[in-house]
Amino acid sequence: MPTKPLYLDHAASTPLLPAARDAWLEGAAIWANPSSPHRQGRAARSALEDARAKIAEMLGWTGEVVFTSGASEAIALAIVRSKKPLCAVSPVEHEAVLRHAGAARRLPVDASGRVDLDSLGGDGLVAIQQVNSETGVIQPLDEVASRVRESGGVLLADCAQGAGKLPLPGADLIALAAHKFGGPIGIGALLVRDWAMLEPVGGQERGYRAGTENLPGVLAMVAALEAGSDWVGEALRLRNMLEAGIVDAGGEAIAADATRSPTIGGYRMPGKSSAAQLIRFDAMGIAVSAGSACSSGSLRTSHVLSAMGLDDKAASEVIRVSIGRETCEADVDRFLAAWREIAGKRAAA
Amino acid sequence: MIYLDYQATTPLAPEAREAMLPWLGGPGSIGFANPHSPHRPGRAAAAAVEVAREQVAALLPAGGRVVFTSGATEALNLALAGIGRRHLAVSAIEHAAVLDTAGALDPATTILPVDREGVIDPAVSLCEGTGLVAVMQVNNEIGTIQPVEQLAEAAHAAGALFLCDAVQGAGKIAPPANADLIAISAHKLYGPKGIGALWVRDGLELAPLIHGGGQEQGLRSGTLSPALCAGFGAAAALSMGRMEEDAAHVALLWERARAILGRWTLNGSTEMRWLGNLNLRLAGLDVTRLMSELRQVAFSAGSACASGSGRTSHVLKAIGLVDKDAKASIRLGFGRYTEVRELEDACAQIDAAAAAQGV
Repeated sequence: MPTKPLYLDHAASTPLLPAARDAWLEGAAIWANPSSPHRQGRAARSALEDARAKIAEMLGWTGEVVFTSGASEAIALAIVRSKKPLCAVSPVEHEAVLRHAGAARRLPVDASGRVDLDSLGGDGLVAIQQVNSETGVIQPLDEVASRVRESGGVLLADCAQGAGKLPLPGADLIALAAHKFGGPIGIGALLVRDWAMLEPVGGQERGYRAGTENLPGVLAMVAALEAGSDWVGEALRLRNMLEAGIVDAGGEAIAADATRSPTIGGYRMPGKSSAAQLIRFDAMGIAVSAGSACSSGSLRTSHVLSAMGLDDKAASEVIRVSIGRETCEADVDRFLAAWREIAGKRAAA
Repeated sequence: MIYLDYQATTPLAPEAREAMLPWLGGPGSIGFANPHSPHRPGRAAAAAVEVAREQVAALLPAGGRVVFTSGATEALNLALAGIGRRHLAVSAIEHAAVLDTAGALDPATTILPVDREGVIDPAVSLCEGTGLVAVMQVNNEIGTIQPVEQLAEAAHAAGALFLCDAVQGAGKIAPPANADLIAISAHKLYGPKGIGALWVRDGLELAPLIHGGGQEQGLRSGTLSPALCAGFGAAAALSMGRMEEDAAHVALLWERARAILGRWTLNGSTEMRWLGNLNLRLAGLDVTRLMSELRQVAFSAGSACASGSGRTSHVLKAIGLVDKDAKASIRLGFGRYTEVRELEDACAQIDAAAAAQGV
């Protein structure tokens, strides 16, 4: 049995890129407080502001960039500080959005989890993710954005799974987390089209986020973005290979017909609970997950799969496989061999 | 460059940096996993987080929970907003993270005065119905140590909870054993930026500010960074192990600096203070000019956050300084990695530059 770990849970967190690690170490050497007025403080400030400009440039973002501790904080900041109250969310959002959503309307979705464009309306804040963290399904956010704007609303897009891999959608507020694209855990950003959308809180980040800035984290996030997303094309090829193998072995791909991110897929192994699958994969040194990392191990039925109309039994048999920059064909082969073994299928002759 | 701004931030301890490196692992390592993932690399990351939590807990009173946050500002916001108490009372010399947050939550927040020494009277009378009292352990601008245990007692006697901003004291002096909530920050105790903690006494209910994946027992969602936690933990353990040594070193530094700057007036109490902070004034001093002339010495004129704002320090005002005296004050902060000779050198430069201004 191979003992080398095979990591296919990049949607939970992906390895820190060597360039990002170097940038982190450089940042740790510029350790003065960016708010201090002396020369060292000003050097830290200038590194921080250069990084802010670079991030905006690389993401093609013309608005503001507020650094946060990650996507959860960015989402909380956007929802809590939005001048327009949250009026609607998709039911397939991450908990980071749903737990702030209170009585906001849950928009209807189709069997792939995509929101019904005709259901949009109202002049409040609407939160819809770019890429679903469990199924990889991409929401039609450009169309969503124009509908939301037509009715005078503001669109918040949780881009934690898409940023650094796919072009950003045309949203007004965008949340992202560096550790999903090769940066460190503990740093993220809220992109803000216009300061007028938010109430300031005072303190750092132009008064929109108080607390000493995590400069090493910011510099490492820049380096991770600079590494680019060329690998995503290869990820698509590998994902298709993986999917064909799973289907061949009697499995099902979730939302196979929808436009999806090449890096995330949900797969059902009929007759085997995801909990049982996970234990077997883990014993074989393969790291995959059931749903998001946060809800993994909770054994709750995935709210995403339920919203898509899967019954509890089917939903309980779905695992998530997510591909990263260094995933290769041999990894896919090894995963498929494990899948067949767990599913009780003989290897294809 | 001589760095004398240890209250703004401290250098990352080499030991803390070392502890972080395995968790800044790249492809081929397992030191990057999400500590909330149930698979093997995730469990290893979670174990590192829990080791760090124990190390940080050692800085705090026994029992209770340590909730990791992105820093002390978030920890203080979580404490003040999450505890849901009405009628707040905070000291006049709190950091903006407490003053502004309390003011936003309760516009009628009671401001507890300090004496001319920068110390709050432990027999301060609290209004009836006060729900929470917040007083810092060590002031960030003038270094005065507050009688926080007595104040916690007074708060409890009035039926209120006691929140302590221990950012400047944690790892240096013992925590207030009878506080209900304590906020600390890693980068003020030689750990990394981007992480802090809120300590919560057992039995206290708190509502989260950041919802989501339900990490930190639902009190603070968001993926935890094993690297930041490990760096914080190592810095905490190091501070615990060196507490006496570090204190003796700053006492020596303090003596030397005081000797050289003997004609300057100390802001705040001489006895009730952390000796790593020297806040001084010299009548007629132009601080802006002093700072621009001494580009090789990094010091400040108040807290980093308020620096450059041009506002008069609320702390110096609270101890009764008139505007012109407050504006003639500087803050020198030193600590574990400050060498005696470089401090002496910096103080001599500061004194000479002031003399050259004719003051």
